[in-house]
Amino acid sequence: MTSDEDRRADAFFHALADTTRRDILRRVLAGEHSVSALAEHYPMSFAAVQKHVAVLERAGLLSKRRSGREQLASGEVEAIRSVTALLRELEDVWRGRIGRIEELLADTEPGTDTEKET
Amino acid sequence: MPVTDVAKDIDNRTITVTSEFAAPVERVWQIWEDPRQLERWWGPPTHPATFTEHELRPGARVKYHMTGPDGEVYPGYWDITEVEKPHRLGYDDGFADADGNPQESAPVGSSAVELVATDGGTRMVMTATYPTSEDLQKVLDMGMEEGITQAVNQVDGLLAA
Repeated sequence: MTSDEDRRADAFFHALADTTRRDILRRVLAGEHSVSALAEHYPMSFAAVQKHVAVLERAGLLSKRRSGREQLASGEVEAIRSVTALLRELEDVWRGRIGRIEELLADTEPGTDTEKET
Repeated sequence: MPVTDVAKDIDNRTITVTSEFAAPVERVWQIWEDPRQLERWWGPPTHPATFTEHELRPGARVKYHMTGPDGEVYPGYWDITEVEKPHRLGYDDGFADADGNPQESAPVGSSAVELVATDGGTRMVMTATYPTSEDLQKVLDMGMEEGITQAVNQVDGLLAA
C-alpha cells in the first residue's frame, strides 16, 4: 500500500466507524438530502450532524453542493460502487430472493392442490 | 443450494442467475403470477414489497412499493414486455413517485425470466440488464440492500489492495 492508499483507508475506516455516519451515508446513497433534513433524524445538534457530514466528505464518501440557503449532500456513488461491486450486490439480492422462493415452494399452502409433496 | 450458476457481464451490466427448484414449472410460475406469493419473496424481510397492481399481460403495468424499517416507501413499477405462461416473463423496471406514477426517467432496466422443466422440477434463469451503472445503483438503492454494504465491500477492496 502506498501512503496515499493508507490515508484513504484511514479516512474510510474512520468515517465508517460511527453509527450516525453510517446511517447518514445510507440515506445519502439513496438520494440527495439537505443537511438540515438529515439533522432531523438524529438526537443531536445541527452542528454535530454537520461535523459528521464533513467527516464523510473528507473520506470521499459524500459530496455537498449549495442550493440557496441549503447544503445538499449526496453519496459519492462512483467512489463507493464499481460496476463489479454493484453486480455482486445484485447477485446477493437475487440469492436472497431465490432462498425465499425455495422456502415459499416448500411451504405448501393449505387448500391448494398439491400433487407433489416433498 | 438452489442457485446453480451466476454469470455477470460487466461491460453490459448484465447478471444471469440460474436456480433449480424441486417444483413443477406451473408451480414456480405462480410465485410470479400471484402477487401475494410474489410479496413473500421479492423484498428482503427488512424491506417487504407490496404489489398494488399486478397483471402479467404484455403492455400491463405492475405497480409495487417496498417499505423500509423506518417506514420509507420505495415505489416502483414493471412494464410487462413478454408473457408466455408458464415459461417466459419479460419486464422493464422503473421508479415511481409516491402516487405510483412513473418518474420522468425511462425504465432503468430489463429483466427476463425463463422457466424450464427439468427431471427434478424447474430451472429458472433470470437475466437482468441495466443501461448504465447509475441505473443499476438506483435499483439497488431501492431498499434492497443497505448502502453500507457497498462501503464495506470497498473497505474489503482496500484491504485486498
